[in-house]
Amino acid sequence: MTKVTMTVNGKAVSGDVEGRTLLVDFLRSDLRLTGTHVGCDTSQCGACVVHVDGKAVKSCTMFAIEADGAEVATIEGQANADGSLNVIQQAFQDHHGLQCGFCTPGMVMSAAALLKENPTPSEAEIREYLEGNICRCTGYHNIVKAIMAASGQDVEVIAAE
Amino acid sequence: MPKDTGIGASTKRREDVRFLTGRGKYTDDIQTYGECAAVFARSTVANGVIKSIDTSAAAAMPGVLAVFTGEDFADVGGNPAGWLINSRNGEPMKEPKRPVLAHGKVRHVGDAYAAVIAETVQQARDAVEAITVDIEELPALINMKDALAADHYVHDEIGTNQCFDWGWIEDNRAATDEAIRNAHHVTTLELVNNRLVPNAMEPRCSIGHYNPGTDEYMLHTTSQNPHLTRLLISAFVMGIPENKLTVIAPDVGGGFGSKIYHYGEEALVLAAAKKLGRSVKWTAERTESFLTDAHGRDHVTKIELALDADGKFLAFRTETLANVGAYLSNFSTATPTFLHGTLMAGNYTVPLVYVNVKAVFTNTAPVDAYRGAGRPEATYSIERVIDKAARELGMDPIALRRKNFVKPDQYPFTSAAGLEYDSGNYDALMDQMEKIADVAGFAERRKASEAKGLLRGFGVNAYIEACGIAPSNLVGVLGSRVGLYDAATVRVNATGNLSVMVGAHSHGQGHETVFPQVVAEMLGIDPQSIDIVHGDTSKIPFGMGTYGSRSLAVCGSAVVRATEKIIAKAKKIAAHMLEAADTDIELKDGVFSVAGTDKSVSFGEVALKAYIPHNFPLEDLEPGLEETAFYDPANFTYPSGAYCCEVEVDPETGKVRVDRMTAVDDFGNVINPMVVTGQVHGGLGQGIGQALVESTTYDENGQLLSASYMDYTMPRADDLPFYTVDHSKGNPCTHNPLGVKGCGEAGAIGSPPTVVNAVIDALQSGGMNVTHIDMPMTPHRVWSAMQG
Repeated sequence: MTKVTMTVNGKAVSGDVEGRTLLVDFLRSDLRLTGTHVGCDTSQCGACVVHVDGKAVKSCTMFAIEADGAEVATIEGQANADGSLNVIQQAFQDHHGLQCGFCTPGMVMSAAALLKENPTPSEAEIREYLEGNICRCTGYHNIVKAIMAASGQDVEVIAAE
Repeated sequence: MPKDTGIGASTKRREDVRFLTGRGKYTDDIQTYGECAAVFARSTVANGVIKSIDTSAAAAMPGVLAVFTGEDFADVGGNPAGWLINSRNGEPMKEPKRPVLAHGKVRHVGDAYAAVIAETVQQARDAVEAITVDIEELPALINMKDALAADHYVHDEIGTNQCFDWGWIEDNRAATDEAIRNAHHVTTLELVNNRLVPNAMEPRCSIGHYNPGTDEYMLHTTSQNPHLTRLLISAFVMGIPENKLTVIAPDVGGGFGSKIYHYGEEALVLAAAKKLGRSVKWTAERTESFLTDAHGRDHVTKIELALDADGKFLAFRTETLANVGAYLSNFSTATPTFLHGTLMAGNYTVPLVYVNVKAVFTNTAPVDAYRGAGRPEATYSIERVIDKAARELGMDPIALRRKNFVKPDQYPFTSAAGLEYDSGNYDALMDQMEKIADVAGFAERRKASEAKGLLRGFGVNAYIEACGIAPSNLVGVLGSRVGLYDAATVRVNATGNLSVMVGAHSHGQGHETVFPQVVAEMLGIDPQSIDIVHGDTSKIPFGMGTYGSRSLAVCGSAVVRATEKIIAKAKKIAAHMLEAADTDIELKDGVFSVAGTDKSVSFGEVALKAYIPHNFPLEDLEPGLEETAFYDPANFTYPSGAYCCEVEVDPETGKVRVDRMTAVDDFGNVINPMVVTGQVHGGLGQGIGQALVESTTYDENGQLLSASYMDYTMPRADDLPFYTVDHSKGNPCTHNPLGVKGCGEAGAIGSPPTVVNAVIDALQSGGMNVTHIDMPMTPHRVWSAMQG
């Protein structure tokens, strides 16, 4: 077992992990932050996306010991200080960008990383950026729309419904 | 301003807040004190005899608590098929036992033959590696035609690989043959409805718990219908008394059919929990999901359409091979028969339909209902052959469909396949589709595509489906071994808020928001004071769950009936409080008043009074305010639609891009338009996925080559367009109290033929005489077809 220490959602945490313990398992099992999900074993689905030192990372593809000393942000830390939904989360609710909710934490974390890099992405840029996040419920329409809305773009012009 | 609560409002979903903040509670998120882990040993061969299993080394591994093999379950029951199909010759279908763990033989790659329980999942996984198994591999039966011709069997004890040979409507067989023989024109098409993996993003997960003090079991599991799971485990598999077993499905991360069924892993964790006196959790890895979740579709069909000289349809005749896989999953026998054959008249006045379905056992994962379940297969066959006929006859594909549509004055309409459609207006849907899709502007868009060196195609499609899966009377006649009603309890608490217990179980559909909209509208109260309770057999009277687009049409109707009873009782209480006759009490905006007077009491006052019944005339009026209703509808509901899409095909690579996709649906009345639109979007995504990218591929040895997201193409955001969706032209269902039709599966039913029709149109426009390409229309398949 190896001791790891990191900051998760602004809070210092530590734990003893095996070398093979994945960051996602450390978050879910040791820290009980179960908002980060596991949807595949091959780094494709993106349900486990968190931010490590400000970058979007698939936490199923990183060992917990690799995050030693890092700043980690998960879905549990995304809401505003008063507990209200942040801009991206609110846009997902407003535009029905989620159904079963399982891929949603990863989608929100990826969207946050995208908007940090590219504050007003085009539809095509959003769709391309989400290549590593799979949703089976929404057909992506409302996810793309929500991210455009979160970036301040007018989404009323998007296809009639 | 559009209203923001009640019936017809696009109320934002309350459940979203917990999902968006990481506070959802899915099965795998539950951690119980003393919990241990189960991992399964799964067959790596498709067909083989288990000669021996040596678990001694595994049992001695660190942390290992128990090892189970098929031998441990030899004396318990099998997981049954829920629907009895009789063959044309009157013989019942073949029903080989589906054991908890494979015993004697393994029948598909992924078939579990042992399970290890250990302190941690890593220890259990390591121990599974230490199990020594000797399996004598037999030739795999993968292709359905080969399986029917083979002289060895997936299940030796039944002596055939044919589950049944079903005819519908058998009495019409000779007349249909005659009509086809004598027709002016017959269009024939052979097609494959490709096997799909449902791929709910949440992998299956089950946790078994046992309380030795009370001999009670509890199962947390990823289920679309916990009551059915309890019933199957109790009555068929484990023999646990129903009142000693609680099944809880907390938040469920998608299902699409795959979580309707009971699976052996659920029985295993319960047995292990009892043996060890500890909670036992199993969570599927994604590859396990690919190997063992029930798959969908997998039909091979020949369809013939007979037409007269004017283009009137005279008969549809189909011959289908339907893969049921290695074992019968719970509804696997209903899907290719009564959810498929009965829809084979489509939206049309065709007088004759004959459907033959042979269901075939193969050494592949079980196949069962997946979003649409039988109706996508029916729609695909019908709408593809109509498109081909239009091309052969030189007719416009929209005009040919319109010529044969059931007309609005013909309802109720009994189709040639035996269903009674209650309402619809297919021409009006087509009108709306032509308008909002700007069909008239297609020619200009085609020119623009051609200027870029791309072929542009237009595809159109009409569909009808039967959903709101119910009426017990009807499904009973058709072979169902269960009733298909649903139940709801409305509990008004003393402080005036409500708990509504429903038998439907949301796994993404938004029930927590939508059902309160209905109750709030009826009572005239704030929907925020109403909470839905679902997914827990200990809290809900009964329920048949969520699938077949049935939640609102069936369970929502039960909610209406229970709320009507609440209103009747509350009026009696109000009458007592106001010293009036209950027939004089009116309910409006949450206030009970005596008609024609200013005497009134609020809903909250009535609720409180119900639980503080001072001076109640107890012989006439019981305390309390709680009512239950079971609702069993008179018929299915029949949503219908007109869909079109435009694709661009790159002639250099065969790559297809869906540029525009329009869905116009008749869902009857709509409670929450935002949620309904979202349901259509999701179905369209899955339908386009089926048409273009999704392929479930077994090699000749039965290895699933597409068993991960590196190999099975899931539609990504950049594979799909924005959709145009319209459900403004609804014709209310005539037989349920809300006038609603199911909307959950429509998108997946209507879209695959639309896309294929468009691709064929694109290739034809490029001068290539391609009349059919099987799904998924990958670049390789399209390019190959273009080479002739």
